[in-house]
Amino acid sequence: MTEIIPAEGIFGLLWVLIALPAVGALILLFGGRRTNSWGPYLGVLTVVGSAILGVLMLLAMMEQPAEQRTVVQNVYDWVFVGSFQASFALQLDQLSMVFVLLITIVGALIHIYSLGYMSHDPDRRKFFGYLNLFVAAMLILVLANNYLLLYVGWEGVGLASYLLIGFWQQKPTAAAAAKKAFIINRVGDVGLSLAIMLIFVTFGSITFQDVFGQASEASEGTLTAIGLLLLLAAAGKSAQFPLQAWLLDAMEGPTPVSALIHAATMVTAGVYLIARSNAIYDAAAWAATAVVVVGLITIFMGAIIGSAKDDIKKSLAGSTMSQIGYMVFAAGLGPIGYVFAIFHLLTHGVFKAGLFLGAGSVMHGMNDNVNMRRYGALKGVMVITFITFMAGYLAIIGIPPFSGFWSKDEIIHAAFERNWVIGAAAILAAGITGFYMTRMIAMTFFGKKRWEDDAHPHESPAVMTIPLIILAIGSTFLGMALLFWGNIEEWLEPVVGYESVPTPLPTSFYIGVTLVVVIIGAIIGWVMYARKEVPVEAPRGNVLTRAARQDLYGDAVNDVLIVQPTYRTADVLTTFDTKAVDGFVNWTGTFVGDLARRLRRSQSGFARSYALSMVGGALIVALALILVRL
Amino acid sequence: MNPANYVMLSALLFSIGAIGVLVRRNAIIVFMSVELMLNAANLAFVAFARMNGNLDGQVVAFFVMVVAAAEVVVGLAIIVTIFRTRRSASIDEPNLLKY
Repeated sequence: MTEIIPAEGIFGLLWVLIALPAVGALILLFGGRRTNSWGPYLGVLTVVGSAILGVLMLLAMMEQPAEQRTVVQNVYDWVFVGSFQASFALQLDQLSMVFVLLITIVGALIHIYSLGYMSHDPDRRKFFGYLNLFVAAMLILVLANNYLLLYVGWEGVGLASYLLIGFWQQKPTAAAAAKKAFIINRVGDVGLSLAIMLIFVTFGSITFQDVFGQASEASEGTLTAIGLLLLLAAAGKSAQFPLQAWLLDAMEGPTPVSALIHAATMVTAGVYLIARSNAIYDAAAWAATAVVVVGLITIFMGAIIGSAKDDIKKSLAGSTMSQIGYMVFAAGLGPIGYVFAIFHLLTHGVFKAGLFLGAGSVMHGMNDNVNMRRYGALKGVMVITFITFMAGYLAIIGIPPFSGFWSKDEIIHAAFERNWVIGAAAILAAGITGFYMTRMIAMTFFGKKRWEDDAHPHESPAVMTIPLIILAIGSTFLGMALLFWGNIEEWLEPVVGYESVPTPLPTSFYIGVTLVVVIIGAIIGWVMYARKEVPVEAPRGNVLTRAARQDLYGDAVNDVLIVQPTYRTADVLTTFDTKAVDGFVNWTGTFVGDLARRLRRSQSGFARSYALSMVGGALIVALALILVRL
Repeated sequence: MNPANYVMLSALLFSIGAIGVLVRRNAIIVFMSVELMLNAANLAFVAFARMNGNLDGQVVAFFVMVVAAAEVVVGLAIIVTIFRTRRSASIDEPNLLKY
């Protein structure tokens, strides 16, 4: 059991990590037009400051022995009601540490890139304000030491995601995509809030330390319920089946947003949640199996969608779904997989951010056209973008020694340790990855020019290419660095646990098979899209292609299963409300009104008729008294 | 003399007053009928006081007389004012206050 040590020294500045971007967001969003000129630079500086602080904390943490690396800082007592106690307390351990570094460093690079990418946008101050808000919320999410504070960060990143997808809200498609992302995320959030309630009822506490300490004492049924609710939450945030439909539309946002939020950080929050709650999944085998199934389905859905889209960002989004599917899948494998889920998350965060920013650089040079059928032969025009994109490409398909190779290979190996069927499925999906990524680079950088007449492609400015170069270096070396120099298994083991099960065949066999399958996929992609002419108009394609272009009918299914029944129920309820409820109320009103209109006639204005009614009344009263007496 | 006779006389006077209020149109006559009803009530009070052998009814009769005097002052003033504007003392004509 790891001991918890209070925050001292550099760790006393834990709150500053969050406060820097939060203050940046406050100044930019409430400062108004006064901050227009220097606001974006302030936004970049706050995140760079957090990144530097994060690196210093990493160095300080590495000096501590492994069991003394969990630091908790109680910022203030937040909700204290009876036995329900939730502090605004931050916990920095090995798992949060790698997330802090990913968020702040990749975040800082994307902030810098955005200086160039958004330089012509009139609202760029607002854009940087939202990005800072996102970084602050994401840091709260990964630094929380209890589920309620995690929920705050969880909702915060959801809000930032909504604001940034709909950043160009003058476009109806962007506004609709933002709403869609928000609403589908809400479904997952309900799962998380129910999970938190169930955790509190079961364990009487919501801090990680207490919950995981007692996890083995709770009944398996309860733990399975908690696990499935957390999986629902993760599926919403990480765009996993069946809540995957929002991610492809989320590409309506500016490209740096797609890179930071919808590829590198926010969508991996679900993986963080599962890995963080490892004690619960370890004790609930059914919930863990559900995680594996959801991950596996999403790996294939994402890969198939990625293979058919002509929009470069949507193709990358499909790829993101698929790669996060790998992480969720690995997290579901249990202690043999958590470490590699996080490992793949880190390498993916870097190379996918690089790929998205590369795509943004291409779009920047092509008048914001996203249709890959209108690209082609860009390798000579955008040399830096091309080379950095190739680094990301080799990393994602998993060619040694690029970073994706190490992490994906470990996941496939872990899958074989559990069961050869899911291992084979993971290898097949790796082959599809090779196909769609090769298709993407072949259509974008190779082949013949298919440019629009007014397109004048050019290399992006240095402020955009330098982050690309840094991310490309990361895509190349991060895998090796984490595995051999950083010892990622040993580093994460105290938090998420790690065990290795021997496999029937030697490791090199699986590596070999995976590589062969990936290369076959890549060759098919190359033959289909680089050797042959790519038509400017998309051909009709086979059944699978057409289904994939429709996001595998995800929207249609949601429409039939949820949207239309909701509309119909609403119609019935509206009819009931207007006819029955309103009808009765209105009838009562009309009845009283009619009655009053008739009774009013008795006010005739003749004094003698009033006198007569008085006499009549008196007689009736007298008669009644007499009758009662008798 | 039998006290019941006083009560019967009182009832007779009250009925005459009530019918007078209902059937006559002249406001002065209606007013006099109202006074008749009040005095019929006074008579009944006094008769009952005598029958019960205490002064309660007598006291109430004095109250009624005071109230009737005040009422006559106000009522006659109203009738005179209406007569001045409409040149009529009919009780049916001022019927503006209605539905």
